[in-house]
Amino acid sequence: MRVYSLKNTQNKMTKEEIILKLTTLVKPYVQNEEGFKNMSEDTDFINDLEINSANLVDIILDVEDEFNIEIDNDSMEKMLSVKATVVVIQEKMNA
Amino acid sequence: MKNRVVITGLGVVAPNGVGVSAFTNAIKTGSSGVAFHQHLKDKGFSCCIGGIPKISEEKKATYLTPLQLRGFNSTSILYGCIAGIDAWKDAGFSIDESSSLDYNTGLIFGTGTSGIEKLREAIYKIDDQKVRRLGSTSVVQTMASGISAYLGGILGLGNQVTTNSSACTTGTEALLLGFERIKSGKAKRMLVGSSSDSSLYTWGGFDAMRVMSYKHNETPEKGSRPMSADAAGFVPGSGAGALVLESLESAVARKATIYAEVLGGNVNSGGQRNGGTLTAPNSEAVQRCITDALLDAEITSTEIDVINGHLTATSKDSLEIENWTKALDRKGSNFPYINSLKSMVGHCLAASGAIECVASVLQLKGQFIFPNINCEEVHPEIVALIDTDKIPTKIIEKNVTILAKASFGFGDVNACVLFKKYSK
Repeated sequence: MRVYSLKNTQNKMTKEEIILKLTTLVKPYVQNEEGFKNMSEDTDFINDLEINSANLVDIILDVEDEFNIEIDNDSMEKMLSVKATVVVIQEKMNA
Repeated sequence: MKNRVVITGLGVVAPNGVGVSAFTNAIKTGSSGVAFHQHLKDKGFSCCIGGIPKISEEKKATYLTPLQLRGFNSTSILYGCIAGIDAWKDAGFSIDESSSLDYNTGLIFGTGTSGIEKLREAIYKIDDQKVRRLGSTSVVQTMASGISAYLGGILGLGNQVTTNSSACTTGTEALLLGFERIKSGKAKRMLVGSSSDSSLYTWGGFDAMRVMSYKHNETPEKGSRPMSADAAGFVPGSGAGALVLESLESAVARKATIYAEVLGGNVNSGGQRNGGTLTAPNSEAVQRCITDALLDAEITSTEIDVINGHLTATSKDSLEIENWTKALDRKGSNFPYINSLKSMVGHCLAASGAIECVASVLQLKGQFIFPNINCEEVHPEIVALIDTDKIPTKIIEKNVTILAKASFGFGDVNACVLFKKYSK
């Protein structure tokens, strides 16, 4: 069901929609609830949300599953903030 | 300076009881935690029974955070965390993730093969060329020291935090390592214990060695029969035990409840010489481990009221009894009472020493000797060595002052500890 709806929408997803999905994905890893409440495009995963750096790889796996994309090592290294992550997701979805 | 060392907290996750009060009740009433497990039968095990602690999802969630439980698949870490956290709270401390670092408290928590189900997941993924799909959870759940890493962080401990591994001696060895550290003044408190997975992957190798009982698949609670005439091999078990050891000075200063005192003990190896092998004990070394433990504890063998043996229900039980009679120079009606927790929970392998130390300490604190179940007819070789009334099949409530606990393991390794009812 989810796969079907993703296929339908993946090329039309707006930045806001991506951020909304991302918010749900990062929630379990967040250690700074205040930072999470104010999560925006400018949010940094480690500095603002205090996510354990080891968990960044788990977030990337969750992103891959949610957006049905594959993320290469070079792109992974960039995914430290919401803004950079959205760019990578858009790139891969349009690839 | 030699500090006296006492026990101020207990935690246990056993097949016949999770938590100190449930476990105490179970060992007093001789309640078995051994059950039939279909998944063992499905995989073609000869022995389809085992001891697996019952932990609900709700209970898990009270010990580990949602983040810790993401991708979590290690029963040994789960059991160790529950036992360790319970022991810590039992000793009067709280769990606070922003607590200040405690340099006076350390942790020695042993295990055998830990997180084996998680390791299996990883192996399948790697073989499927999906190594990156392991994420961050594989390493911490499969490293031997995973259990001490989890507990050390939950409690915020700043002294030595490590994991020992010496097969079925592990838990008793962990206790003695912690004891030494406090005695020598290097720590005020040590949380010690051990844990073992509930997994057919942990148990399979023993099934293949034909050392597990396959005669009681229809009557699981009767399956573990230490010292009995028809003992037919051990029944696998799992779980964790944890004890907070503390210098007497520290315990008294904070008015902690004192369960018992650790008088001393010894750890040695038979070197796989003089009849010892990788899987069989060198009797001379076993006896020496016990006599050296008595010397360390500065007591004589006649002072021992009760022995909590290793006694797995294999053919080695009579040899163990013979070694006790020789080491203590006591036999027949002069032999102390002796019991084996394994009759109720099976052989919890790396966790056995810690769970059995908890059971030992509970006997001193509660002034009782728990019954041996499934020992209606004592093995004739044992009858020839000690009086059968020294192997109680019903609970005995009497004054118990000194208890000897021993564990023996593959690799020809031995550990013996002497506990004493606490008195100023």
